[in-house]
Amino acid sequence: MAKHRGRGIASINYPIGMNLGGDPSQALVHSNPSGKFTVSLSSIDLGQGMKSVTRQICAETLGVPVEDVYVDTADSDTGPHCMGSFASRGTHRVGNAVMAAAKEARGVMMEAAAEELEVNAADLDTDGRGNIHVKGAPHRSISTKDVAIAAQFKQGKTISGRGIFLVPLSEVNPETGEMSPATCYAHACLVAEVEVDDETGEVAMVRMDSAYELGRALNPRLVEQQLVGGAWMGISHALFETPEPYYPDPAHGPRDFVEYLMPGPGDICPHDIAVLERPAADGPFGAKGPGEMCANPVLPAVANAIFNAVGVRMDELPITPEKVLRAIKAQGGARPQARR
Amino acid sequence: MTKTALQFRHNGRDVALFVDGGVNLLVALRESIGDMTPKFGCGQGGCGACSVLIDGELHLSCLTLAETVNGRSVETLDGLKDGPNLHPLQRAFMEQFAAQCGYCTPGMLMAAKALLDRNPSPTRAEVIEAISGNICRCTGYEPIVNAVLAAASSGRARA
Repeated sequence: MAKHRGRGIASINYPIGMNLGGDPSQALVHSNPSGKFTVSLSSIDLGQGMKSVTRQICAETLGVPVEDVYVDTADSDTGPHCMGSFASRGTHRVGNAVMAAAKEARGVMMEAAAEELEVNAADLDTDGRGNIHVKGAPHRSISTKDVAIAAQFKQGKTISGRGIFLVPLSEVNPETGEMSPATCYAHACLVAEVEVDDETGEVAMVRMDSAYELGRALNPRLVEQQLVGGAWMGISHALFETPEPYYPDPAHGPRDFVEYLMPGPGDICPHDIAVLERPAADGPFGAKGPGEMCANPVLPAVANAIFNAVGVRMDELPITPEKVLRAIKAQGGARPQARR
Repeated sequence: MTKTALQFRHNGRDVALFVDGGVNLLVALRESIGDMTPKFGCGQGGCGACSVLIDGELHLSCLTLAETVNGRSVETLDGLKDGPNLHPLQRAFMEQFAAQCGYCTPGMLMAAKALLDRNPSPTRAEVIEAISGNICRCTGYEPIVNAVLAAASSGRARA
């Protein structure tokens, strides 16, 4: 009886967004008289950073400080339509919609500024700090706040913009089954090292090393946060959790946090991540998005690492100690493979 | 139903209220006092989202009868910051990106405070042990462990 180390590798391609009847999201951007901007979305921020990233995209496109942009995701009854925060689509689809809305709002803002400065709007630029100035003549400037006040109370203009981003429905070729469900793909490779106890069947994570190519990382800390947290969920799907019962009767299935197994803080391992950036041609500032793919490569990498450690091919999830023990027994003992 | 008079210290302030028999501390804090920082996760001690300190010790408020804290001191996340100044643990959680959806964060912070109050220089293993009763579904725990260790070392730097 012994503990065996093994290493496994997995690579994935991950499509950004989904395509079941087309994949659209809308955004609305408007300024209030204080020169601050509101982005209205129905896209939900459930902790992944949707608000932060759309705020950055809007501020960058408008040419105003990020502090001057507020993102409101309050209510899908009253907000512009969004398909939802899933399928790793948020940054790409919603980001593009916000960019389009902010571009339109910027156009109105520059027209309003041009009227105040008595110049042509094409000759104006933003400084990213809340001012609009004549190109080559920074002293000929007006603050975005003064432009917003003038638009509201003098010119009678709404500084606002509408945006939608739609990936149209991709028809399936009835002959070949081919379709183009996504416009860009992210990529990842992950190496997992595990330790398998051939007496208990327990699999312990030793370390993970991964590389993710997900377009431009608009907010690198949030990307890293998702990759770290998503890998935990990958471990969880690989080794612990399932809504299905471990035994035939559904009544034996997990019903609550006490019975639904998940890895705790003692079950995690060091994870070294490299983020590679190959900007997507149709992404907002080149972004694709991390999202679901954070978890995906962990499962096959862990299964391959278990094979490398004890020579059993696990093809059912989660890979519980019982399944590992039964498989080792069926093959007549652990058969460590060549160390990779 | 008979109501019971209850007095205790809530984040350093005396509070007096009437509670129904059998009401747990989590409900008393949230519904009678209006302190929404302890979260309801599972109601059976399985997730740690409702963690509070009673006389400095970590307790699950969902499994604590409200009547048992009579005359005692209850600390929740709401009392952690000092006026406008965040507690070193809160700053460390922010700097280490140790929250995503944030639902587990109040319980994590109280579990971490209970640890640092009795052991200002914990090892990584001791931090892991201290937060093992708290479930997080977003972060993968690593940033939380790092944040607690960072807060501990910033405390040592000050002392």
